[in-house]
Amino acid sequence: MSIFNLIRLALLALQRNKLRAFLTMLGIIIGVAAVIAMVAIGQGSKESIQSQLGNMGSNMITIMPASNVAGGARLEGSSVQTLTVADVDALKKRATLLSAVSPVSSSRGQAISGALNWPTQLQGGNTDYFDIRKLTLQDGILYSESDVASAAKVCLLGKTVVDNLFPSGENPVGKVIRFNKIPLQVIGTLAPKGVSSFGQDQDDIIVAPYTTIQKRVLATTYLQNILASAVSEDASDAAVDQITSVLRETHRLRATDENNFQVRTMAELIKTLSSTSSLLTILLTAIAGISLVIGGIGIMNIMYVSVTERTREIGLRMSIGARGIDILLQFLVEAIIISITGGLIGVVLGITASEVITLTLGWPTLVSRSSIILSFMVCALTGVFFGYYPAQKASRLDPIEALRYE
Amino acid sequence: MTKKILEIDNIKREFRMGTEIVRALKGINFTVTAGEFVTIMGSSGSGKTTLLNILGCLDKPTSGTYILDGTNVGNQSRNDLARVRNLKIGFVFQAYNLLPRTSALENVELPLFYNKAIGTQERREKAIKALEAVKLAERLDHTPSQLSGGQQQRVAIARALVNEPVMILADEATGNLDTRTSYEIMALMQELNQQGKTIVFVTHEPDIASFSSRTIMLRDGRVQKDYFNENVRSAKEALAALPVTDDY
Repeated sequence: MSIFNLIRLALLALQRNKLRAFLTMLGIIIGVAAVIAMVAIGQGSKESIQSQLGNMGSNMITIMPASNVAGGARLEGSSVQTLTVADVDALKKRATLLSAVSPVSSSRGQAISGALNWPTQLQGGNTDYFDIRKLTLQDGILYSESDVASAAKVCLLGKTVVDNLFPSGENPVGKVIRFNKIPLQVIGTLAPKGVSSFGQDQDDIIVAPYTTIQKRVLATTYLQNILASAVSEDASDAAVDQITSVLRETHRLRATDENNFQVRTMAELIKTLSSTSSLLTILLTAIAGISLVIGGIGIMNIMYVSVTERTREIGLRMSIGARGIDILLQFLVEAIIISITGGLIGVVLGITASEVITLTLGWPTLVSRSSIILSFMVCALTGVFFGYYPAQKASRLDPIEALRYE
Repeated sequence: MTKKILEIDNIKREFRMGTEIVRALKGINFTVTAGEFVTIMGSSGSGKTTLLNILGCLDKPTSGTYILDGTNVGNQSRNDLARVRNLKIGFVFQAYNLLPRTSALENVELPLFYNKAIGTQERREKAIKALEAVKLAERLDHTPSQLSGGQQQRVAIARALVNEPVMILADEATGNLDTRTSYEIMALMQELNQQGKTIVFVTHEPDIASFSSRTIMLRDGRVQKDYFNENVRSAKEALAALPVTDDY
């Protein structure tokens, strides 16, 4: 029998038991839809974490002073002053995998404008700082190289600071505010970035040249940390090695000495957070996969019933010339049609469910092509696997007994 | 000399039931030539069902040879036997065995699906021709439930005819029908026989056997009698002779 006839035959058989065929399909439909929707949720959350972190600068590398030993006591990292502008210059010159390097100086304090005040963070670097932190200008101008060189008393305000110091909506650009006792002229405002994935308000910040903070606020020559950008996210790990070797040299550390600085990349953080959501995806998919298997068992069950029910038909077909393989294919094609049709409906339902979840619950979802292809293949395979045994049973019937079956 | 369709030589069939061996057929011999209308008769337990299964290539004899239209069936594989059934034998069953909820035309087309040499167009034409031969041309789209018993059996006969087999093998084909309809079916069988079809008809009704040209009587797994009918009754005349009033 040709494949076209086999398909036609199977469709006719299914048509005779529409409701039963649909109920059998339902297991597969739910299974496939669940796999697709679950993977979409998992992928969606992974994607959103990555894009949030990317927003913070996914290539960003932070170099911090590490704990140091002074008189036998290990000191806390932040109290140690090991990073200098010389380190920044060395990195700029020798670390080829870095696209930008900026010294960072920061201080917490009270920002004051007229009668209003607001506790906030004053932070700054050189002109690369904006690039590395992915900060963009909303209004006004950024500070220049010469501002950095001259430790100019200029600053840019984040949105939260603007809202608290200038609540009436007037333009802060050109105004003079004070940070603690130092007057700073506002030359620009920053575009809002929102709350970071760690719950930190990224707009609660005042940015000024690091020289200004070092000399006029903190009166120190050391740096809190150094920010750098790797040329790409993939190059992050290699860049870390480069930074380490450069800094060990400039710090004149011997081979046996511990690093007196530490290097952290955003990529590490992304990996950690992504692995959580990957685990979630695997879990959800496994649960959905189980429902697909149950759907397959449903097919097997119904095919067995169908074989028993149609024993006389099988006997007749054999008596008029059907070979075992013809009968086998007839039932197998029927099972495959059930599973593939169920799979197609499941794919559509899964995509729709993902959309609905995004719309109603606001969860980010991402329907990946691979999950569609995979679940579809799995359900076609389910049809073959679970349809084979009933079909084989049918094909091995003795025509004499089958013809007389009541 | 006319062509031999069936050559049965010392066929034996034994079944093993636990430790006992049941001898259903104990050595059967006969030959059927083309154009004969043979009835095989016998009471239950005479081995006629076993013989029918062997003649229909559904079962193989334990020993002896069975040559159907020049083919030795004894040494064929399961798949080869399916092919022999498809091409050389047309079955007609007592219970019609039509596919439910399937039109008469599709039921008749069924054997042709298993014949690779025949395409869609030819299949349809042949099926229509076979249904015309059993005078059901106007009921192509009717499903079995919409047909009477006699009509269903005629569809089954059309299905047996459609692949142009060398032999029609009927198993109690009138067993489920009333006298009038039985005669109608026998009239159709006689007509097909006159057109040259070889028919082997298994029955236990002597009445039905009187319409055939030859009767083989089985008893206890052996041929008891094998005789040619001198006065073959015409089913058509018998049908005309039936009192009309009996037919509600």
